[in-house]
Amino acid sequence: MPQTLYDKLWDSHVVHSEEDGTALLYIDRHLVHEVTSPQAFEGLRVAGRKLWRADSIVCTADHNTPTTDWDRGIDGIADPIAREQVVTLDRNIRAFGSLAYFPFLDKQQGIVHVIGPEQGATLPGMTVVCGDSHTSTHGAFACLAHGIGTSEVEHVMATQCLVAKKMKSMLVRIDGALPAGVTAKDMALAVIGRIGTAGGTGCAIEFAGSAVRALSMEGRMTLCNMAIEAGARAGMIAFDDVTAAYLKGRAFAPKGAEWDVAVAYWRTLKSDEGARFDATVEMRAEEIAPQVTWGTSPEMVVTVDGRVPDPEREKDAARRSGIEAALKYMGLAPNTPMTEIRVDRVFIGSCTNSRIEDIRQAAWVVRRLGRRVASSVKQALVVPGSGLVKAQAEAEGLDRVLKDAGFEWREPGCSMCLAMNADRLEPGERCASTSNRNFEGRQGAGGRTHLVSPAMAAAAAIEGRFADVRKLT
Amino acid sequence: MEKFVQHKGLAAPMDRENVDTDAIIPKQFLKSIHRTGFGENLFDAWRYLDTGEPGMDNAARPLNPDFVLNQARYRGASILVAGKNFGCGSSREHAPWALQQYGFRAIIAPSFADIFFNNCYKNGLLPIVLEAGTVRRLIDAIKGFVGYELVVDLEAQTVRTPDAEALAFDITPHRKYCLLNGFDDIGLTLRSADKIRAFEAERRARHPYYFNSRVA
Ligand code: SF4
Repeated sequence: MPQTLYDKLWDSHVVHSEEDGTALLYIDRHLVHEVTSPQAFEGLRVAGRKLWRADSIVCTADHNTPTTDWDRGIDGIADPIAREQVVTLDRNIRAFGSLAYFPFLDKQQGIVHVIGPEQGATLPGMTVVCGDSHTSTHGAFACLAHGIGTSEVEHVMATQCLVAKKMKSMLVRIDGALPAGVTAKDMALAVIGRIGTAGGTGCAIEFAGSAVRALSMEGRMTLCNMAIEAGARAGMIAFDDVTAAYLKGRAFAPKGAEWDVAVAYWRTLKSDEGARFDATVEMRAEEIAPQVTWGTSPEMVVTVDGRVPDPEREKDAARRSGIEAALKYMGLAPNTPMTEIRVDRVFIGSCTNSRIEDIRQAAWVVRRLGRRVASSVKQALVVPGSGLVKAQAEAEGLDRVLKDAGFEWREPGCSMCLAMNADRLEPGERCASTSNRNFEGRQGAGGRTHLVSPAMAAAAAIEGRFADVRKLT
Repeated sequence: MEKFVQHKGLAAPMDRENVDTDAIIPKQFLKSIHRTGFGENLFDAWRYLDTGEPGMDNAARPLNPDFVLNQARYRGASILVAGKNFGCGSSREHAPWALQQYGFRAIIAPSFADIFFNNCYKNGLLPIVLEAGTVRRLIDAIKGFVGYELVVDLEAQTVRTPDAEALAFDITPHRKYCLLNGFDDIGLTLRSADKIRAFEAERRARHPYYFNSRVA
């Protein structure tokens, strides 16, 4: 019977399965960071257990590390609890071991979902887990990747397995060519706008179609990253030459003859002709425009040439009150054209959009507009996803372009994506952000987040309000 | 995980409904890097007169004399008898950690919130559902007699009162088996360790590049 990519990944990792479908699933790669691991390590200690396979673990500190003052070392982390989590991670990794550890201040440190692929630690055909919901990012490499809770982190550490049940499968097929100025982020938001934040609940989504094939690995990661915002725990994309070209030569990728053997296997990592999905969604890339969210959920999204919705026009009472509540929180009047909304801050970063291509896109817009950040914008932050991304961007001179235009160029980390470190919005402030969640308070208590692509964020910084980047191309 | 076969202990009443996990362990204690040490902050807002923060010397804090667990007669209690929908609210696993680390081994209530109920088993804490009328009677009896002890017999699936009344309760065979043997989820999975090892050996042979242990 023809199999989906998800079927293949699932089947190749089942150690044992019960009659009710509960399976023991073998885990190849376990990504670990400072916030969700301390209790898991302590659980091991309390029970006198060790790691089943230390060389499956790749680890970094990213969630609450500062993006400034790295020369002050660990003392640069002002919040004592954040500091303790970072120090504890050091201690735990020293005691338990790992394949690779990129600690705070390391040249290759970065957001866990940026460094896994960048190091070649995420490989096609793997199962990848991490105590973080955006683990779906890694599915871009034709692997089964999803977030897990702290008890499960400990379970994987001790047994190399997860107790899991197979999800349903959903195919999201996007064919055609994206218009100039429209990016993977717009694709992701358009999909969420179409199926809703619960649209993929209980599913593993496979993204396919010529528009998906045409994306770079960076773009594919952006798309899979947001699968969780469509309600799916996992997103994935079949292996192809683009995947191979990205991985070749990376630190943990196979080398020499082993590479050829691996690639031969990886070529099978795609859905067979005629494979059955539980649900299918089809979209045309030509119809996708730059997206801007207006509300407090990623599905509350319109195109940049659209307007803030009018609750009066919503017939469903529950939806109407949802729109009203979101507009109140966001401080927006119904029917306002999106391009008239002014922003106070701009954040370019997060595991969704902090890779080299994202920074190139932002710098391209800045060059193209040839002006500085608008004086009404209090801060425009660029936070590269990793030390390697930062170095690459600097080698290409992108940091200069951005700094000369008035952007702040920071050290890598999660930063203002979730405001666990010092980077955050003040109450009532409005932000054009390339991150993935616009929930109330996500970027700081009372902060107002509009999710956009890096190009759109850069344009908003220069114009002081949202602007249609298609007009620049 | 500690085995649970039979437990005899002092019972304490928590005569209220909908005790939520934020009351069981307030959110400021979730920033901790530990999974132990929550017992002293169990019911923190009810238990102490000041506002608790992580890192405080709890022994020096003013106790709320009106809070039931602060009464001398309930010192050392290990069975909590409470109103319906115990453990509702946030899914934090810190709630069963705090109860268990305080010294509770079993919680008896007419009903429990779902996630909390599951989390209890993962941590060797036995949640027991008894009829609302029975729970009412137990709470009154506990209040009426100083030193009221109960015996929870998991094997027999009964709670025995001092007058030798045996109150039957339900539990799924799988959960009972895990508790009787002290298997947590990890312990249970590790019983399949041979299968995991065999799977791993085969995978390593077929796909050695997933087992790279050095940077080339
Ligand atoms: S960048 Fe944001 S979404 Fe990504 S891992 Fe960090 S906090 Fe989570």
